[in-house]
This record gives sequence, C-alpha cells and structure tokens, in this order.
Amino acid sequence: MTVVFYLIATLTLAGGLAAVLLKHLVHCALAVTVAFGGLALLFLSLDAQFAGFAQILVYIGAVAILIVFAILLTRGSELPKDGVFSRTWLVGLAIAAGVFSVLGWAVLESAQSLPQQSAVPAVTVHDIGNALVGRYVLPLEIVALLLTAATIGAVIVALHEKDGAQ
Amino acid sequence: MTPLTGYLLVAALLFAMGLAGALVRRNAILVLIGIELMLNAANLNFIAFWRYGPHPEALTGMMFAIFSIAIAAAEAAVGLGLVIAIYRHAQTTDLDKMNRMKG
Repeated sequence: MTVVFYLIATLTLAGGLAAVLLKHLVHCALAVTVAFGGLALLFLSLDAQFAGFAQILVYIGAVAILIVFAILLTRGSELPKDGVFSRTWLVGLAIAAGVFSVLGWAVLESAQSLPQQSAVPAVTVHDIGNALVGRYVLPLEIVALLLTAATIGAVIVALHEKDGAQ
Repeated sequence: MTPLTGYLLVAALLFAMGLAGALVRRNAILVLIGIELMLNAANLNFIAFWRYGPHPEALTGMMFAIFSIAIAAAEAAVGLGLVIAIYRHAQTTDLDKMNRMKG
C-alpha cells in the first residue's frame, strides 16, 4: 500500500462521488471523466498497461464525449425545477449502502485467504495480441460483430422519427 | 491491509457509488453514468485479481476486462441513442416523468 495508491484511489473515488452528487449534468460528465482517468491510473499501477491505455482511449476518448453529446442534444444542462434526486432516493441510497457493506464485509473477512504480494507478471502487449488472435479469437470476432451491430442500432434508434414527422 | 484488499475495497466503493447514482438520480444520462461506474468497478476487480492471482501469464482476467471495456462502449452507444430517442418522444429525460408504457 503505497502513497501513490492512496492518491489515485482518492482521486478516483472523489470523481465518482462528484459524478453522482453534482447538480449540473455537464459537471457530472467532467467528474466521471476524472473517475475514468483515475481508474486508468489504477490499471497502470496494477501493471496492466494495455488495459490502462485501452481505458483511456475508450472511456475518456469515446464514452465521455458521447455523454457530453447526449447532454447537449437533450438540453440536460438546464437545471430541473423539482430537484435532481428521485422521489425514492432514500430507498436507492439504502440499497447502495447495503450492497457496499456486504461487499466490504466479504473483502475484509476473506483478506487472510486472498493472495498476498506477488512478482510483477511478465506480460507484454505482444502476448496479449497473440492471445487475442489465438485462444480468444472467437470472442474477439463476436465482440467485433456486436460492436458493429450496436453502432448501427444506436444510429437507427437515434435517427428514428415518428411517421409524418419529417 | 494487503494491496489486493485495497483495490477490492476501492472497487466495492466505486460500485456502490455507481449503484447509488443509478438508483437516486432522476436524469436518464446520470443513470447511464452510474452503470458505467459499476462496469468499471467490476473491471478493476478483474485486473486486480489478474495481477495478484497465481497465474497472471494465462491472461484470463486481463482478457475479461478488455472484452468488458468493448461491451461497455457498445452499451454506452446504444444507451445514449435510446436516451436521445426518448427525449425526442417525451421532451424530457426525467425518469420520474416516464411513467407510461404507451406513448
């Protein structure tokens, strides 16, 4: 447990908390981008360079931009008159607190049986590429098909107009 | 506290935050942000277990996280497309006002 881990974890959690709590949607989008960046740093600190940079590319480069576009297209930057939290916010908060207490209890109870320190895995991007086109080639093709279908589907769903509207 | 426990606790806290965001906010886009946070927390668990597991050279946790990132990108595109379609139909993204099955 180093100082670096605590710094990155604080940054990530602060970003996540701000994303959930802030009133303005644009601020939420910026905060969630900070959280995504913190997660990428956590991946890098876990010696998963490929996943870390994929996280930066996909989340900060694509998902955050998509969220900002959706906010602009739905005029989400205007503050709603009747508050940003749902009527049943207390129930939602209780469920989230319950889930966290169960997860935290499970992690802390099993801390002794979890693996301790281990050597840095000698895995290069070369190995990951070989695995992707070797053992994991079928999932890779399925994901490629899914991404194509999802992109086309998203365009069709967002383009759809009611009959006679155009 | 061992390093793995620290990462798992951060992931649990992030998951709870995402769940709270998805459950308590009124705006549909914020619900999607909450879901993204939850997916990311799961990815962090996969990577942490891959790093401290007995066989990191097998790459299973890493592959699961990479495929999960790809699926999350598809999910974000479709989800935000749906939000825009619903906004065009109902002129709102407030989930508390979307209480009819028939437009």
